[in-house]
Order: sequence, then structure tokens, then C-alpha cells
Amino acid sequence: MTGIRIREDVCTRCGECVAACPFGAIEITGGTGATSGLPRVNDSCTLCGACTDSCPVGAIEIARDSGAGPAPDHKDVWVFAEQRGGRIAGVVFELLGEGRKLADSLGQRLGAALLGSGVRGLAPELIAHGADVVYVADDPCLDRFRDEPYALVLEGMVNKYSPNIILFGATSTGRSLAPRLAGKLRTGLTADCTGLEIDTETGLLRQTRPAFGGNIMATILCRKARPQMATVRPRVMKRAGADPGRAGEVIPFAVDSGRMRIRTDVLEFVEEVTDTVSIEDADIIVSGGRGLGEARNFSLIQDLARAMKAAVGASRAAVDSGWIAYSHQVGQTGKTVCPKIYIAVGISGAVQHLAGMQGSEVIIAINKDPEAPIFKVATLGIVGDLFEVVPALTKELRKASGAD
Amino acid sequence: MKVIVCIKQVPDTTEVKINPETGTLMREGVPAIINPFDQYALEEGILTRERHGGTVTAISMGPPQAREALRDAVAMGVDDAVLLCDQRFAGADTLATAYTLARAIERLGGADLIICGKQAIDGDTAQVGPGVAEELDIPHISYVKKVVSIGDGRIKVERMVEGGVEVIESSMPVLITVMKDINQPRLPTLKGIMRAKRTEIKVWGLEDIGAEEGRVGLTGSPTEVIRVFTPELRKRGQVIEVPTEEAVAAVVRKLRELRAV
Ligand SMILES: Cc1cc2nc3c(=O)[nH]c(=O)nc-3n(C[C@H](O)[C@H](O)[C@H](O)COP(=O)(O)OP(=O)(O)OC[C@H]3O[C@@H](n4cnc5c(N)ncnc54)[C@H](O)[C@@H]3O)c2cc1C
Ligand SMILES: Nc1ncnc2c1ncn2[C@@H]1O[C@H](COP(=O)(O)O)[C@@H](O)[C@H]1O
Repeated sequence: MTGIRIREDVCTRCGECVAACPFGAIEITGGTGATSGLPRVNDSCTLCGACTDSCPVGAIEIARDSGAGPAPDHKDVWVFAEQRGGRIAGVVFELLGEGRKLADSLGQRLGAALLGSGVRGLAPELIAHGADVVYVADDPCLDRFRDEPYALVLEGMVNKYSPNIILFGATSTGRSLAPRLAGKLRTGLTADCTGLEIDTETGLLRQTRPAFGGNIMATILCRKARPQMATVRPRVMKRAGADPGRAGEVIPFAVDSGRMRIRTDVLEFVEEVTDTVSIEDADIIVSGGRGLGEARNFSLIQDLARAMKAAVGASRAAVDSGWIAYSHQVGQTGKTVCPKIYIAVGISGAVQHLAGMQGSEVIIAINKDPEAPIFKVATLGIVGDLFEVVPALTKELRKASGAD
Repeated sequence: MKVIVCIKQVPDTTEVKINPETGTLMREGVPAIINPFDQYALEEGILTRERHGGTVTAISMGPPQAREALRDAVAMGVDDAVLLCDQRFAGADTLATAYTLARAIERLGGADLIICGKQAIDGDTAQVGPGVAEELDIPHISYVKKVVSIGDGRIKVERMVEGGVEVIESSMPVLITVMKDINQPRLPTLKGIMRAKRTEIKVWGLEDIGAEEGRVGLTGSPTEVIRVFTPELRKRGQVIEVPTEEAVAAVVRKLRELRAV
């Protein structure tokens, strides 16, 4: 196995590394302790480094190139200013808020890359939310998002202005475009980050993200290649506030659409109509799970939500059972939400569900099983039968709002 | 019609448990499976062959045991399977993985349609598909929930985006990444399982695919995982087991405190 070495003279055969390896890549034969063999690293190893951290005696070494600091000719933090139909995506304001912090701690500028057709007018809004410079590529070929022209134009911008960091929202657009651009630039890209910070010693971007269905977190660096690129999970970072008086620079970027090869076409966009508040924008969410037992009982959730003017969420079990549409699913394979209040009803709190709602400010859980893992994260947990508690609560809340 | 499907063998994350004492992942007895999204990719590949003729080849980069995933793919119905396996491929991030898969696809003579899963459930990056397309210099369409039509060297699909569905047309060759809505993967038949037992899974290394050593594995990976840790759970709050009226009163009190009532 390349890259990893276990020093025989130092290793005590304690077995910590075997337990720590997320990939089951380390084996010890003959039990642990002095008489056993040296741990052996098999092909499943991804050189993630979990074992080096776990080793109490520092016997595991992973050979890496010594970390060069940020290349001096790459400066500034950029945000991809995703827009759809002339409206800036919500996540962009979160990226600007986070990007501002990163740029300030590096002493660099915050830039925004704005691509589209007839979008020049959006630049002041980006400046108001913290951008120092907005690079604008305004061309009919950029009207609707398409990976090829967007990636080509961004590549041109990056080659001209050499940013140090670029952040994208981890939306369907960002997660499609960013890997294409990273491929062109041959640089690293960290997916779906939930934490970003500048390493004070090296000035490198420390990118933290969940993996293994939220079971583990990983911190990732991109030492040598530039720019350092990341997609950032929506609704995790704090939105930037607006200051309409802020000054900034707008730099147009010329697009040579004639020279571009574009092989895809968006023929049509069919909007999905939802009648209720979308769960991503809601301040309060009432979510139901398998504990509701059957489809018609899901109305208990809808009634409670209506009484609180809340959005309706669901666990995957409820969605898979066909009680409610997929667009309401909260969790790893559904949506990440961080409302002010999340009420979980009849949801056990599997790690994949927690992955999507742990960021909520207050969690109220109603479950009859006192051992349900949801109680580990709940601000207020009610151990009880939802069929009694929920109707009574709905009634109480209706009374309260009627009295207002 | 020539179709190539990229599949990855992953640990079944539903079976992954955290050791409450050490806070580490317990991998013992966790089965290795074909990445669930890749099952849909395989099914779409096989459906395409059934509708338009041609062949479907499954490829995977991984350790020797990933051969089992490819065998399962043959049992489902793909014609051919190739494992990209080489010590020098180890430690690859998405850029190096995409490069390696792209070189193998070229070695196979390219394809009209390349299908990847939306994302792998271990890394959850969703980056390899678009990366392969970029490396091959072909277009890609991600988050495909339906293939509407294929014909005259063009493909029409529906793609899921925030707030709706896009209908997209592209020239072929093209790479698509697929969601679970796209089809219902078939189970292997007994005949398929027998065939899988007999089929030789080709194994290719660095030289076989003509890859540059500097662009594969750890060396070819700009990103580096420097720390892996278990997420901190939120602090446990107050959990009460009281009669219904009291429970309701407690919730209402909390909601008032938060000005939600
Ligand atoms: C790769 C992957 C991705 C996933 N993504 C997601 C995701 O995005 N979102 C998601 O939610 N899940 C996801 N899951 C599934 C997840 O692991 C769980 O299966 C799911 O969240 C369970 O839903 P649940 O809590 O509603 O059901 P259960 O786990 O069955 O829990 C039902 C709960 O209701 C309680 N209950 C029953 N009757 C009553 C009653 N009368 N009163 C009060 N309480 C009652 C029970 O005590 C129990 O705790 C994913 C899984 C995998 C493998
Ligand atoms: N090692 C691999 N071998 C073959 N295909 C892969 C590999 N890694 C990723 N893929 C493909 O790329 C998709 C996205 O994976 P990821 O970018 O890792 O989330 C998967 O669903 C597979 O189709």
C-alpha cells in the first residue's frame, strides 16, 4: 500500500487503529497485545488519516507532500452567484456571509461571479450583501443554466483573475457545475460542506463535511492546487445582512459565445406547484414519521401544522410509505432544514434523518419510546402517545390563536 | 447503442453503527453492496439495450473485492464487466477517480451513453459523474429522473432541479447521473446468477488503460482528508413522561417562550 507505513519499532499492537478505521482496512492477526502481529493495511485503505489520529504512540505515518502555503498569485475569495430567471438563489447570500468572514481573515477581497443573460442589474444586490467585486458575464448563451457554457466562462474568469477560493451552493446547479469546472482547472473540490474556516498557520481553507450518511465528519484540505473549491450545503451558513450603501466594483467579462461548443439545450422548465410553505423556507416545521401508522393519520400532522402556520415535513419512512410527497422529506437524501422550531412526531431519529434537521434551533419530539434516539437531540422531549398528545396540542393551539 | 455504467462498491451505510464508547465507526459485519443509486444506473443501461439494442458494460474502480459488485451487475444483465484495480489507484479523490474511469472508457472505445448514479452513499459527493464527462470532453446531465427519448444521436431527459423539472436535450455521446425515480431495478434471475459465475471479470491496471501515474490515486488527488471524526450530537434537553394534559401544557409553554404562539 502506497503512502501509509506502520512503524514496527513503535507500534504496541494495541488495536486502536483497527477500531478507528472507517473502511475496515486495518487488520491485526493473533489478537492484540505484545504477542500479536503488526497491523496490516489492506487495499480498502483510502489514506484518510483516521488511524494516525487514533494511534496513541504515533506509529502510523502517511507520507504526504509538505504543505505549500497558498500560491501568492492566487488571491481573493469568490462566490458563484447562482441565479434562476434573474433571481439570486437564497444560498448565495449565505455564501456571501461565510465568504466575507473567510476573505477578512485572509485579508483578501470577496468577489462574486455573476453569469446569465440580462443579469447586470443584480450586481448591486451582491455588493450590498458583502461582495467587493462582481465579475459579470452577461450573454444570451448564459440565459438558462447549462453546464458547458457556464463552466467555460467560469474557467476563463478564473484563469484571468486567479481566485484563491471559490464557493458554490450545493444545489443541483452548483453540484453539477463545480465538478466540471474543477476538472477543467485540475483542482480539488470538496462536496456539500457544512463548515469552513481558514487555518491560521497555513492560510489554507479547512473544509468540513459529513460523509457515510452523516455517520462521520471529515476535514479536507487542498494544499497545492488552486483555486480551492467547495460546494456548501444550503441553510447551514448564516445569511449576510444587507447594507445598500456599500461600495463595490463591477467588472464586465466578455463572452465569446461564437467559439463555444454547447451540446445541451434546456427545452422547458416545469414548475412543481406546492400549496404549502416550502420546508426550506419555513420557520416552523411539523414532521411526521412511521409512528403515524397509516396514510390517513398523516392528517394529524397537517392539522397541527396548520394551527401553527408551519410547513409539513416527513421522515423517509413516511415518504416511502406514500403518505406524503418526496419534496417533504427531511434528511440525508431529502432536504436539510434549519427552522427555528422543528417538531418531530413519531420519528425515531435515525442518523440519516438527524443529518437533515440537527441544525434546527429548537427541537420538540413526541415519541412513545423513551429510548428513541430523537430524544438525544431534542430540546423538549415528550414521551407519550402521539394519538393523544397531537390532537390535544392542536386543539390547545387553535384555542390560543383564536383568543389572540 | 453502446452503454457504459460506472458502479461503485460501498459499505451499506444503513448498517453502519457508531460505537458509543469510542465514538468510532463499527464496520464489523457491515456488508459491501453496489451503491444503491448505481443499481438504478445499471437498470437504465439494461433498459436502453432492450429498447435500442447494443451492449452494456459495467466498470468499477476499487479493490479486488469490488469484483463481487461487478458480478452482481452481470447477474442483473450487463454483457461485460471491467474492474480497474491497481495499488497506484488507491487513495483517489473524485478528480483522480474521474480521470481513471475516463481513461478506461476510452480504452473500451468510448460509448454513446455513460450512466452514473447520482452519488455514492459513502462519500456522498456526486462529483465523479460530471468529472468523467469533463475528462472525456462530452456533455453531462445530472439528476436525471426520466429518459424521455433516444434517437438520431440525441437524448431527451427530465432533470430534477429546485422547484421543478427541466426537460433537456443533448447530443450523444453524453453522460447522465440518475436518481431513484428513474426506474425500478430488476432482481437478478437464476440464469443471470449462473452466467455471472462463469463470466470472467476483466481486471485492468494503470498500463492497461494508458493512464499517467501522476494523475491517479493519491498522487493525482488535490484534496486530502486530514481528519475524520464523529459528529457532535446536540446536547440532550429535557425529556418528560407525564400525562397528556401536562405534556401539552409543557409544549405550549415552550412555544410561548419562543413566541410561536
Ligand atoms: C442512504 C440513506 C439515506 C437516508 N435518508 C433519509 C432521509 O433523508 N430522511 C429520513 O428521514 N430517513 C432517511 N433514511 C432512512 C432512515 O435510516 C430511517 O429509516 C427513517 O428515518 C426512519 O423513519 P421514522 O423515524 O419515521 O420511522 P421509525 O424508525 O420506524 O420510527 C417510528 C417511531 O415512531 C414511534 N411511535 C410509534 N407509534 C407511536 C405513537 N402512537 N406515539 C408516539 N410515537 C410512536 C416509535 O417509537 C418510533 O420511534 C435514509 C437511509 C439511508 C440508508
Ligand atoms: N470507484 C468508482 N468506480 C466506478 N464508478 C464510480 C466510482 N466512484 C464513483 N463512481 C460513479 O460516480 C457516481 C457518483 O459517485 P460520487 O461522486 O463518489 O458520489 C457513482 O454513483 C458511480 O456511478
